[in-house]
Amino acid sequence: MTVSKTKRVVLGAITLCLTLACGLAFAESMSWNLTEGVTPTSKKVYDLHMIILYIVTAIGIAVFAVMCWSIYFHRKSRGAIAEQFHHSTFAEITWTIIPIIILIVMAIPATKTLIFMEQTGDAEMTIKVTGYQWKWKYDYLEEDISFFSTLKEDSNEARQRYASTRPEDVENYLLDVDNYVVVPVDTKIRILTTASDVNHAWWVPDLGWKRDAIPGFINDNWTFIEKEGVYRGQCAELCGKDHGFMPIVVKAVSKEDYAAWVQEMKGNARVAAATPVEEIAVEELLMKGKRLYNSNCAACHMPEGEGVDGLFPALAGSAIANGEAEGFAHQILNGKNMMPPFKDQLSDTDIASVMTYVRNSWGNAADAVQPAAVNAAR
Amino acid sequence: MSEAVAHDDHHDHKPTGIGRWLFSTNHKDIGTMYLVFSLIMFFVGGAMAMVIRAELFQPGLQFVDPQFFNSMTTVHALVMIFGALMPAGVGLANWMIPMMIGAPDMAMPRMNNMSFWILPFAFTLLLLTFFMPGGAPAGGWTMYPPLVLQLGDGFPFLIFAVHFLGVSSIMGAINIIATVFNMRAPGMTFMRLPLFVWTWIITAFLLIASMPVLAGAVTMLLTDKYFGTAFFNAAGGGDPVLFQHIFWFFGHPEVYILVLPSFGIISQVIPTFSRKPLFGYASMVYATASIAFLSFFVWAHHMFTVGMPLTGELFFMYATMSIAVPTGVKIFNWMATMWKGSMTFETPMLFSIGVLFMFSIGGFSGLMMGITPVDFQYHDTYFIVAHFHYVIVPGIIYGVFAGVYYWLPKWTGVMYDEKLGKLHFWLSTISVNVLFFPMHFIGLAGMPRRIPDYNTIFTGWNQIISIGGFAFGLSQLILVWVVIKCARGQGEKATDQVWESAHGLEWTLSSPPPFHSFTTPPQVTDATAHS
Amino acid sequence: MSDSHGAYYIPEPSRWPVVGSMALFTTFVGAGLFLNGVTPVVLYLGLAAVIYMFYGWFSDVIKESMGGNYNHQVDISFRWGMSWFIFSEVMFFAAFFGALFYARVYSVPWLAGEGAKFATHEFLWPDFQNVWPLITTPDMTTALTSHFTLIKEVIPAWGIPAINTAILLASGGTITFAHWALKKNNRKALVLWMAATVILGAIFLFLQAEEYIHAYHELDLKLTSGIYGSTFFMLTGFHGFHVFMGATMILIITLRCLKGHFTAEDHFAFEGVAWYWHFVDVVWLGLFIFVYWI
Ligand code: HEA
Ligand code: HEA
Ligand code: HEC
Ligand code: CUA
Ligand SMILES: [Cu+2]
Repeated sequence: MTVSKTKRVVLGAITLCLTLACGLAFAESMSWNLTEGVTPTSKKVYDLHMIILYIVTAIGIAVFAVMCWSIYFHRKSRGAIAEQFHHSTFAEITWTIIPIIILIVMAIPATKTLIFMEQTGDAEMTIKVTGYQWKWKYDYLEEDISFFSTLKEDSNEARQRYASTRPEDVENYLLDVDNYVVVPVDTKIRILTTASDVNHAWWVPDLGWKRDAIPGFINDNWTFIEKEGVYRGQCAELCGKDHGFMPIVVKAVSKEDYAAWVQEMKGNARVAAATPVEEIAVEELLMKGKRLYNSNCAACHMPEGEGVDGLFPALAGSAIANGEAEGFAHQILNGKNMMPPFKDQLSDTDIASVMTYVRNSWGNAADAVQPAAVNAAR
Repeated sequence: MSEAVAHDDHHDHKPTGIGRWLFSTNHKDIGTMYLVFSLIMFFVGGAMAMVIRAELFQPGLQFVDPQFFNSMTTVHALVMIFGALMPAGVGLANWMIPMMIGAPDMAMPRMNNMSFWILPFAFTLLLLTFFMPGGAPAGGWTMYPPLVLQLGDGFPFLIFAVHFLGVSSIMGAINIIATVFNMRAPGMTFMRLPLFVWTWIITAFLLIASMPVLAGAVTMLLTDKYFGTAFFNAAGGGDPVLFQHIFWFFGHPEVYILVLPSFGIISQVIPTFSRKPLFGYASMVYATASIAFLSFFVWAHHMFTVGMPLTGELFFMYATMSIAVPTGVKIFNWMATMWKGSMTFETPMLFSIGVLFMFSIGGFSGLMMGITPVDFQYHDTYFIVAHFHYVIVPGIIYGVFAGVYYWLPKWTGVMYDEKLGKLHFWLSTISVNVLFFPMHFIGLAGMPRRIPDYNTIFTGWNQIISIGGFAFGLSQLILVWVVIKCARGQGEKATDQVWESAHGLEWTLSSPPPFHSFTTPPQVTDATAHS
Repeated sequence: MSDSHGAYYIPEPSRWPVVGSMALFTTFVGAGLFLNGVTPVVLYLGLAAVIYMFYGWFSDVIKESMGGNYNHQVDISFRWGMSWFIFSEVMFFAAFFGALFYARVYSVPWLAGEGAKFATHEFLWPDFQNVWPLITTPDMTTALTSHFTLIKEVIPAWGIPAINTAILLASGGTITFAHWALKKNNRKALVLWMAATVILGAIFLFLQAEEYIHAYHELDLKLTSGIYGSTFFMLTGFHGFHVFMGATMILIITLRCLKGHFTAEDHFAFEGVAWYWHFVDVVWLGLFIFVYWI
């Protein structure tokens, strides 16, 4: 073996060490690192992360340095003669004990942080978060506020396979939703996670934790946001086709702004409930229906109503969609098997619009549906 | 010695034609089939990884739909783990264990053949699902309910493929245990066994203890879907998380099933090219056994975010961290083996050194993820993807490559092309780091795993990663070329000894070895045992 | 293989492994098609092929064994093989026992508001209570229609299950007597004790079947009765299947005894089956205690 080749071995090894070290420096400077976040938890977690990262990097550099030394100096081509030792009780005990000590040093702050994170008691308000395929529902338990939150329309358009808009042109691509979760700062908020169909996970990195949302069970968590701002996150447990498209946006505002928001939301709910059911022009139904279809139904039944073979039936030509309005309305209101119910999510007008749109698109031709008919089916 | 009868020549005839492979009872032929199958599956799984990387090259959806993307992720993992890595390990075991312990063949040669022939059929079963309504499995290789229950007609085929693979693995493991415990040559005491054999005994026990549990878990999935049971359904008193517990009780030992044989290989290779005996043989054995033992008590570190009671989280955190100790012992022993040796850097040694460096990197991130409170942030991001590809690709696959280059001259009787081998190593090593290192960054910055599309801030790194991925994939073609050249007998003739300072019984046989390895068991002494 | 006495026996190339793989493949494809609502014919074909494979493979083994090809070392290989196969079966049952324990210790108490996930109870299943055997599933407390069948009554431990325990324990005894008889070369006693074992196994299976019919028709205890029914039927069902396999193997061994196979010193097939039978016995004890009794 020529010397130049051996040099390459050594160089390669050294490069590796350097990559690791540079990676670390780079990680900090370019913020390609864990976020520090805006809660006491996230800060503790960040500190813990940095401590461990430094410790393992130090161990790595030490271990790799020894190996590189050995690779460079104990080469046959440098005339090294092999010694024949193969045992040393002292060395072996040392390198068992030292890692144990290091691990204990890491375990102490880790245990403290974990215990801190599990203190869910004495929260000032509670939000129940429910994962659906593929959107989130938020219930403010004390305020009687409840709404769904889905991927923002512009992102949804740009993410389609033959989309005309480009992701680069969309602000907060895939990280924006129609309804933000508005919360007050400096308040201990209890967040309960659960799901209606499959497992999801609710994760906003700036809050410093994520937790699975499991159907039939509720997980208890809390957060305490110290800074006003908009914090974005995503579903973090594979939940099927559109797992990548169910973001979370938390907007932390001052306590006063929060109180105002609560008033506004309550007002909205009253207005919606009180709106008289009246005849709506077909064009209007169609227009509204298209928008609602794309944000609520297209995920499964596809934008062109062709469905997904074996998973989601096509609506183009569907007997139910084109048949009696009552049966179709039932399907949407109550769902069936894998299809979620929409009765808590869409108003009678919304459903009537969707139905009208479906019944008059992709070759379907059936009569329009008015909100009253949906109301009767409820 | 007394019982053995020296065999005459007519026993050494090889069966010919297709029957030689279909009906084989020969550990070398079966080993060869395992290795070839594994290579094919590596390419199949790799091709799926290339689809993943192509789709992730830029934001927006260009090539595949989200559902198909999830199938790619899922089947990529299943094919790589069960089709490429495990068969590679068993193939090497088949070839080498009888030769290393001085046996004529495996203890149960017919069962050995069955455990191989199940594999192509099992993967046919799995890959057939691509052509069924509802498509191939898309719920992740971890098959969590309730999501996995939404799979269409392919569902029972997924479950049965897993059962089938389990049958194969259990038969293989039983065979290896029987072989090592019962077929050692006189004088081949346990503490004289080569480390590769030791790691395989321990792996075999892991297999026997964990594969049936997986079979049980997927059986419950099947009955939940088709027979109305409520194991994973809260409405009936079950819990979706129960599946995760059972799955990871299998799944964590499984990762050591993959890695231990690779540890065994580099424990053979490093002493040879350091021209020095392995440092701390006994502690290597104990460390391997401890890793295996501990691996049954750490499973829940994959599910810290499901909301376990605090005591559970603490227990699994401490248990997980403790695995770093025996693993460290192994790393330090390898280091001490190289220390003051007289090293040369032929391809097997290069790949082994690659394992030392890059497995450690993967191990360090593993340790970070074992710390529960921070894993709440890391979990299900690309940080995890970075971790396990580091331990798997340059950790295990490199080990397998090291073994293949190390023993290829023995198997074929022809030296492989050293220039190409080195080229393979360097291209792979550069590209594999370009491929997997930046995944740490995007993971920490918040990119979840298993998504077909991402926010534009991640574009740059994803492009670098994809380029690394294509380069790594293409580099593997060199390996194919090297192997084909050897198999066709192109190259220098190899000596029996092959490597200047290789120790062990396999090197006392001719290159290529006779059809039945040791028809007369050799007498083993300290001098002829492992290095 | 005249040249191999004394040395370790390496069989000639054999077609059974490939036939076996293809048979299992056909079975699995058949089962998949069947579950998807297509024909069961492929499944039957596959099962027939599996039986054919076992028949052919074991015929070869018996022939080789009777031909004196297997030396002491081969015998030991078989012993290692059989014991670790049984261990793998133990781990298979462990998964189902694990599910049972998890349901009783974690999921059901959580759903009922105990322990770490008490919020589950408060918001999702406020009326659900932790009573084992679990008759009222959580969804029965919240909705008028449930996915699951309401159990009228569960099977008490001290009826048929206790009798079945006695039967299996007795069969463990009879097979041991058979073994002693074989070792003393008392062929007549051997066959009688073996026959007794088979009969006890058959009675066990018969009672078990009766119990299942009773459960389905009178008690409404079904696979679909929530987690209690699920664990009950999966554990006892897989156990029953193992009893069936074990009894079939014992029957075959008995027939071989009648044909004069086995000697006082050399009878591994007999012992392997006996081990298996004891394993089935021990699993039953676990079932009796944890499924029926406490
Ligand atoms: C062969 C494969 C392999 C191996 C060997 C390992 C090894 C380890 N793994 Fe990894 N792991 C996987 C394959 C593997 N893993 C896979 C496939 C997944 C993802 C599955 C999925 O979700 O799809 C995963 C996921 C995974 C998780 C779950 C993360 C999550 O989803 O949130 C965790 C958490 O604890 C973890 C931890 C570890 C640890 C602590 C080790 C340890 O064994 C590492 C020990 C090694 C070292 C520490 C380095 C060397 C030691 C020294 C030099 C000594 C001194 C060191 C110290 C004192 C620090 N792994
Ligand atoms: C067990 C072994 C194993 C191996 C060897 C690999 C190898 C590779 N893996 Fe894989 N991977 C897993 C196990 C493995 N992986 C697991 C368990 C998961 C998790 C799955 C889940 O979430 O459920 C995963 C997930 C996973 C993801 C995340 C997907 C997601 O979360 O959505 C990605 C993304 O980049 C990836 C990429 C790669 C790449 C680029 C390689 C490369 O190393 C592959 C290189 C090999 C080849 C490319 C083949 C050979 C060459 C050719 C075919 C010739 C030429 C081809 C071209 C260049 C086009 N893998
Ligand atoms: C999470 C996926 C999902 C979403 C979102 C969804 N559906 Fe469905 N839909 C399904 C599935 C699955 C079925 C088949 C149900 C079954 O019969 O098992 C279905 C069935 C239907 C059918 C009956 C089709 C037939 O011919 O059998 C109609 C009509 C329908 N959906 C309309 C809608 C409308 C309108 C919306 C939006 C408001 C919607 N769906 C949203 C999954 C979904
Ligand atoms: Cu919801 Cu992923
Ligand atoms: Cu693990």
